[in-house]
Amino acid sequence: MIAIVDYDVGNVGSVQNMLRKIGAKAEITRDKDILRAADKLVLPGVGAFDEAVANLRRFGLWDLLDELVLKQRKPILGVCLGAQLMTKYSEEGTQPGFGWLDAHIQRFRAPTCATLRIPHMGWNSVTPTRSDIGIFQSVPEPMRFYFVHSYHMVADKPEIALGTTPYGAPFASVLGRDNIVAMQYHPEKSHKYGLKIYRNFAERFQSC
Amino acid sequence: MLKTRIIPCLLLRGRGLYKTVKFKNPTYVGDPINAVKIFNEKEVDELILLDITATSERREPHFALIEDIASECFMPLSYGGGVGSMEHMRRLYRLGVEKVALNSAAYTDRRLVEEACATFGSSSVTASIDVRKTFLGKYEVWINAGKTNTKEDPLRYAHALSQAGVGEILINSIDRDGTMSGYDTVFLEQLSSTVNTSIIACGGAGTLAHIREAADKAHVPAMAAGSMFVFHGRHRAVLINYPTQQELDKLFS
Repeated sequence: MIAIVDYDVGNVGSVQNMLRKIGAKAEITRDKDILRAADKLVLPGVGAFDEAVANLRRFGLWDLLDELVLKQRKPILGVCLGAQLMTKYSEEGTQPGFGWLDAHIQRFRAPTCATLRIPHMGWNSVTPTRSDIGIFQSVPEPMRFYFVHSYHMVADKPEIALGTTPYGAPFASVLGRDNIVAMQYHPEKSHKYGLKIYRNFAERFQSC
Repeated sequence: MLKTRIIPCLLLRGRGLYKTVKFKNPTYVGDPINAVKIFNEKEVDELILLDITATSERREPHFALIEDIASECFMPLSYGGGVGSMEHMRRLYRLGVEKVALNSAAYTDRRLVEEACATFGSSSVTASIDVRKTFLGKYEVWINAGKTNTKEDPLRYAHALSQAGVGEILINSIDRDGTMSGYDTVFLEQLSSTVNTSIIACGGAGTLAHIREAADKAHVPAMAAGSMFVFHGRHRAVLINYPTQQELDKLFS
């Protein structure tokens, strides 16, 4: 069973719809026993960084997720704000993130004085950094995904960047290591491309 | 590169899909779930679903129907119509809607807009603004599905909602609705130079050339269309359609 972590932030319904579509057993939950029993976790999220951190703490999920991800090494997929929370900190807020990924979050900056519309909203491409990344296996090419965000991930260790997307300059749109994978875009809203990502996650993903 | 977004805009009336002309004369175009399934297969960029009678009937959104639609929607879904509270919005996000559009409620309850943007994030909140041109060429904001004239200047109003935090502005031209005669690019250009917020133009699209024209002349990052994606040919036969990726790539190359 895949547990979709419910902390009152974002589009848990969309993630469940996609998992249902691929025939995976999924549950939207903040019940600690169910989270412990889950084979895999999805951490969704839309909204502001500090509020998400506050909610995770308020529901008593912060330490539990730390334990499930770092000690028990449950495979986890972070989506959008859920992905950002996996890094060390964000320019958007003052609260620290989980710090599972050696990365941080910064606001989009236009490369020159050119204007860059923010948020970065719509369909954009993702280019894997290597050819052997399991989560991208058999995703139809050219890959395109739906993005909506004003802040983006920056890998402090280059080897954890798994995919990049051009907006102004290219940024790391997918990060991962071991049992953790973080996607800035919404695979649950990205047609067959995202469907294949969820299928890979549900059926074979154990480690990056 | 970020692609220009092309978005079918579907109108709910009761439990069926309809298409209007200038917000009047609704024509039945089919079952919403079936239509969404077809749009899904055609890999549309996004979908907008507007319940055009919820506000005038003073009722809530049809949550169960929206849930059924959302469960078939593997692209971003915006919903508008009859949304008047934070609780409505929370329910909609939970059942799989990405963006909630506020139209009449944004006019009557500005605090709802601010609170929603602060709670759900700007990118989850859309201001839907219906605009009609007077005989003298002045533009005015109408609410309540185009039945009530607020006499508000749309540029000033859009700016205020943008300041209140909305992530997108869906601007619908009542005069052009269903006419398939092209977007009002003059007005859209004024709007896009007035607000920094992302704009979705709606009302008037009949061909891909109209879409390209709005991108070129008005610098609008997203275009919505109704008739163009539900009708086919001169006799407006109902046929759900959407350009292929290749056609869209060619259009903007």
